[in-house]
Amino acid sequence: MEETNQYLKQERSQPWREELRNSLKAKDRTSRERIKMPEQDPYVRNTNHSEVNNGLTADQAIHEASRCLDCVDPTCISGCPVNINIPKFIKYIEKKDFAGAARTLKETNALPAVCGRVCPQEVQCEQKCFYALKLKKEPVAIGHLERFAADSERESGKMYIPEPAKSNGIKVAVIGSGPAGLTVAGDMARLGYDVTIFEALHEPGGVLKYGIPEFRLPNTIVDIEIENLKKTGVKIFTNFIVGVTATIEQMKQQGYKAFFIGSGAGLPNFMNIPGENLAGIFSSNEYLTRINLMHASHSDYDTPVISGKHVAVIGGGNTAMDSVRTAKRLGADRAMIIYRRSMEEMPARIEEIKHAQEEGIEFMCLNNPVAYLGDDRGRVKTIRVQRMELGEPDSSGRRRPVAVEGSEYDIDADTVIVAVGVSPNPIIPAAIPDLETTKWKTIVVNPETMQTSRPEFFAGGDIVRGGATVILAMGDGRKAAAGMHQYLQNQ
Amino acid sequence: MYRIVEKEILHDLVVKLVIEHGDIAVSRKPGHFIILRIDEKGERIPLTIADSDPVKGTITLVVQRVGVTSHKLFNMNAGDMLLDVVGPLGKATHIEKTGTILCAGGGVGIAPLLPIARGFREAGNRVISVLAARTKSMVILEKEMRMASDEVIVFTDDGSYGRQGLVTHGMEEVIQREKINQSIAIGPAVMMKYAALTSAKYNIPCMASLNTIMVDGTGMCGACRVTVGGKTKFVCVDGPEFDASLVDFDEMIMRLGAYKDEEYKAYQQYLAKIKA
Repeated sequence: MEETNQYLKQERSQPWREELRNSLKAKDRTSRERIKMPEQDPYVRNTNHSEVNNGLTADQAIHEASRCLDCVDPTCISGCPVNINIPKFIKYIEKKDFAGAARTLKETNALPAVCGRVCPQEVQCEQKCFYALKLKKEPVAIGHLERFAADSERESGKMYIPEPAKSNGIKVAVIGSGPAGLTVAGDMARLGYDVTIFEALHEPGGVLKYGIPEFRLPNTIVDIEIENLKKTGVKIFTNFIVGVTATIEQMKQQGYKAFFIGSGAGLPNFMNIPGENLAGIFSSNEYLTRINLMHASHSDYDTPVISGKHVAVIGGGNTAMDSVRTAKRLGADRAMIIYRRSMEEMPARIEEIKHAQEEGIEFMCLNNPVAYLGDDRGRVKTIRVQRMELGEPDSSGRRRPVAVEGSEYDIDADTVIVAVGVSPNPIIPAAIPDLETTKWKTIVVNPETMQTSRPEFFAGGDIVRGGATVILAMGDGRKAAAGMHQYLQNQ
Repeated sequence: MYRIVEKEILHDLVVKLVIEHGDIAVSRKPGHFIILRIDEKGERIPLTIADSDPVKGTITLVVQRVGVTSHKLFNMNAGDMLLDVVGPLGKATHIEKTGTILCAGGGVGIAPLLPIARGFREAGNRVISVLAARTKSMVILEKEMRMASDEVIVFTDDGSYGRQGLVTHGMEEVIQREKINQSIAIGPAVMMKYAALTSAKYNIPCMASLNTIMVDGTGMCGACRVTVGGKTKFVCVDGPEFDASLVDFDEMIMRLGAYKDEEYKAYQQYLAKIKA
């Protein structure tokens, strides 16, 4: 920590930073209003799959960057799971050195264009911004600026590829190509390791590809980041399940010295209520995978999807928002969220809820499905819901929803998407003998090094956390790479 | 990319494809399946592995032409490439020496039954196989099944080959004749349903290998879910084999029809396109 502080101080005292700080009075900085992200019109965007947020213009970004006070104690950094040097990249933007900003982001974040789009900055860096903490004003739009820096670098056609250290010839395997795996691969490649990513699906990217829709994170952005990773020497094998397609022993014989498990929480939860297996009821994973990974809504792709006129999505998280907004875009007359608590407890990002509301999504809060009824062909027709009220706070600190007796009523729906969370995918843990897991089937790790009960195996992301965010998975990936590096150097 | 090295048309609806895949050829066990995708715009479909050759590095798949993807596969030839093949998926069949095993195969279900019958026989069991199909030409892999079994009895719906009748007739006959320790049924869902009932009638444990709709095949989507013993299970990671007496086959049949309209429409469009 002391080292980090020293480094931050040193960076902050660079002449260009001092000059920039002195170029505008703090009062003038704080009097500026936070920039508003330009967006597609809600009733245009809810009929297309293009990005909702258009991104800041250079002028807007420079204006926003000038709000940042370049604090002596940059508390914002403490809110970032991958410790981005936030003031430094923002001040590069203010200086109009956008490439410098992107380079700074990439010192600690392998996927800034992704994080700038999907990170919950409002509860991370921006919550810890001096404006929010002390001035009680709207924080600097760190997320928008991160996206701006990453996008402008990409659009410039000159992307900075970190120079890898001299190859040490040591082979390591990364299992899963989601945010955790990509981060480990990037960090290990940079340290000189011979890195191969093994992905079970036919395309790399994990949840960034199959889960998050185009309108929030275009696939091309993920693809470009993956291409850049390959340029640092990382190899990617798709259609390969480590421990299954080939055994761990076989892979060790091929020279792999250490493994990172980032296989994610790909096992959807259901509520186990009557009628839940009727046709037309999907997990959010299935629905989003069909659309995002398999392109089912394009008529020239073979994968089918049912997306009806009355679509109900069960749940209140980001995945629920992604699903319901996708359904609207596929032509639903009525696309609704059914959530058992109130708007206040909803775990989705505020921005996603706001966007959904603008797009005409209905929110039926304090409602919980208790059964599904089908037609004579076994297709869902009706959802029986029960009204809820909020009781005492539970272990999560949120007020517990309590059913109102006798309040059941029926809602017509021809498509239901269940988005009530995911569990760790069982395939990889089952394929690796003697790997210690918890009763929730997550992998047990040393939280400092991310090392598992088998010393040559490290793990991170949702397979350890059981369902979290992209950035937390990336934070785990950084720690795991450091842990793996240390382990291999001590061998 | 994975090369098709051999193609054999078993009858006008069913084709056998031998595909190069060195890893799966070595790692697969009876009961395992794979997911394949023909090309960039293709869908992912599950197919049970009928056989493999670890020396040549190949796996054998048997495909029945029922929709767009299976029709495309049917029309592929030796030398053609499949874009994606992943596996082996699912849990391998639990094989142990228990005595006499009754294998009941219906139609194209005979293909996934083959490695299981062989596995039980190699484990020292007596294996009796009842093969059933609509008509003579649809009795597939009979020679291979004869080599994997101590006895094979064939039934056809129309009596054009073997004896006339359903698979359950054959099962019942064998069960009444000698002691059966376990039965295995693979075929259309409705056939497995009645094979399960027949086995249950005589208190014989019956195992069925389910062939549900899947997208990823790795537990991620839940499209394959079935009710087994009142609990929701995923065929891809909990199966594909389950105690048949506990499977809700009616629900499974209903779920298999979930995309019937879409599939039918797509298939008609595809047929019109290839005809044009």
